[in-house]
Amino acid sequence: MKPFLTVCGPAVVFLQPNIDTDVIIRIERLMNVAREDLGKYAFEALRLDENGEPVDDCVFNMPHNRGAPILIAGENFGCGSSREGAVWALESMGFQCVIAESFGDIFYNNCLQNGILPVRLIRQGIADLVDDVNAGQRVTADLHAQTISASQACSHGFEIDQLKRDALLSGLDDIKSTLRLDAEIVAWQRADRQSRPWVWPVE
Amino acid sequence: MGQTLFEKIWGRHVVAQLSEEWALLHIDRHLLHDLSGAVALESVKSRGFTVRNPELVFATADHAVATSQGRTGYTNPGGARLYEELKKATEQASIRFFDIGKLGQGIVHVMAPELGLVQPGMTLICGDSHTCTNGALGALAFGIGSSEIIHALATQTLLQRKPRTMNVRIHGKLKPGVFAKDVGLFLIGLLGTRAGTGYAVEFSGPLVREFGIEARMTLCNLSIELGAKMGMIAPDEKTISYLSGKPFSPPSSQWEEAVAQWQEMVSDPDAVFDREHVADAAAIAPMMTWGTSPEQVIAIDANIPKLDAFESGQSRDALETALAYMDLRPGQALVGTPIDRVFIGACTNARISDLREAARVVAGKRVARGIGAWVVPGSEQVKQDAEREGLDQIFLSAGFEWREPGCSICVAANGERAEPGQRVVSTSNRNFVGRQGPGVRTHLASPASAAAAALAGEIIDPREVA
Repeated sequence: MKPFLTVCGPAVVFLQPNIDTDVIIRIERLMNVAREDLGKYAFEALRLDENGEPVDDCVFNMPHNRGAPILIAGENFGCGSSREGAVWALESMGFQCVIAESFGDIFYNNCLQNGILPVRLIRQGIADLVDDVNAGQRVTADLHAQTISASQACSHGFEIDQLKRDALLSGLDDIKSTLRLDAEIVAWQRADRQSRPWVWPVE
Repeated sequence: MGQTLFEKIWGRHVVAQLSEEWALLHIDRHLLHDLSGAVALESVKSRGFTVRNPELVFATADHAVATSQGRTGYTNPGGARLYEELKKATEQASIRFFDIGKLGQGIVHVMAPELGLVQPGMTLICGDSHTCTNGALGALAFGIGSSEIIHALATQTLLQRKPRTMNVRIHGKLKPGVFAKDVGLFLIGLLGTRAGTGYAVEFSGPLVREFGIEARMTLCNLSIELGAKMGMIAPDEKTISYLSGKPFSPPSSQWEEAVAQWQEMVSDPDAVFDREHVADAAAIAPMMTWGTSPEQVIAIDANIPKLDAFESGQSRDALETALAYMDLRPGQALVGTPIDRVFIGACTNARISDLREAARVVAGKRVARGIGAWVVPGSEQVKQDAEREGLDQIFLSAGFEWREPGCSICVAANGERAEPGQRVVSTSNRNFVGRQGPGVRTHLASPASAAAAALAGEIIDPREVA
């Protein structure tokens, strides 16, 4: 996983609530499009009309938003399906940080697994940030300081679990760190085979 | 202070406490399906890991396989490679694979309980958000993403943040024509799709006790649409009798000890939940969604909300966007809206009890002209049971298609989908934009309501058909 330290750049504002992962990326695209190319198909139900032509007033089609590293999204962003392809599609569009009032639980975890920073901010924080973005400000997400800032006057602290913060900062692979706990896993399994033998079907 | 069911299962499975909130949890059961199974197994190999406990991993093909009669794993060209690779990769890794046409094949959340793979007190995961369905057996079951699948295959554990706990208690009795699906949709409408975010939900109360295990699965299936990736119901005598004699249930020599442990898997009377909700079953009518989120739902005989019921801003914009997509107007009735298709199936409602309810509605009647109506049983076992009971003949003579088990047009990943602009009454769980195909309009409802709509050719109150 690539480390996340600080990201600074333009932010796309897309505040529609309850955007589900089906809308972020259709399941068929995950079956026949390479991970790095998924961005082309992200939000396609919103970006393209019935003839496959780009919808001009869709924020994701606006030239100044192309390649922006930060997405400011609506409440409950990434609800629904567990497809990690939703995160890959955002990554392929160039997003490295998603800011919202709340996220779908599985989507939030999937972001952490891919070096994408999910930031929960309160409603007022989002509103202030949107004002700054609309006034042409760039946004900075600083994981070390745990702040999101736009204009100098506007800086918001955010919470993230220290374990996940450290993993993002170092780009540490979860599997390798878990395998360091091998002795604990072995001990847990040995005890469980005794106390719940029926859980362990014969191979 | 006592513990909740969730806390008991969680506590028992902590292999290592990593921070105040994050723990490394042991995973007792891992289900793989065709969409992500082979890819994950390949990643495990290419990254130099091995599958740690293949005996705890179980695989089948459901998402990308065709459901047409006579299908094979290769009938859907888009899924053939996924099927082939899953079959090969599971064989190489010594993982049990339940193949097309064999007992055990089916939608993961239908086949796992019917094989006895899911038992009270277990942890179970799958790369599918509706894994919460399995919580109906008193298990801690939840959906995960691709990276977590690989982690679990390599380590038989997962890093998880401990969620808060919520109890949803439902008392009272259901009125005729109202089912577990309606209860789930009602709760989502009442509490909203964000209510469960960050929570593990336990459903409890007299109605839940009265529900059979399959109805409990329908209710738990909808937990994720409430925002909660974990939904569960404490085991009772019905759970124990359901598990008796299943292929992967405890052998008779261990049965009594297993049952004794299962009976401990209930929330203590003095357990405290972080949030509690109470609902009255008698207030619930047959429900149907009108929009593009499961929370956009009303009693089937009610009218769609008017715009002034919402504050201006995002929520009113969302309502207008949803209604424009659905080609419906604020304030209009759902009843009488012409439909194009009916889908009875999906991990929400494709079990034998669901098919019986639908068959009861259609017996001796005919599907309206021009309506494409499908029944897709949830598993090979459900299909064979239904055929033994003659349900297939009831559906076929009414003009339904009787198909092979799989996810089908719930998620439209197998080449089966509705056409742009078509209106579908569906027993699945998601009415998202484009879910059943680009431009397709989905109305979620119970099997009885879906069957009634197929006969009428329009949305109809199922209580008027019975």
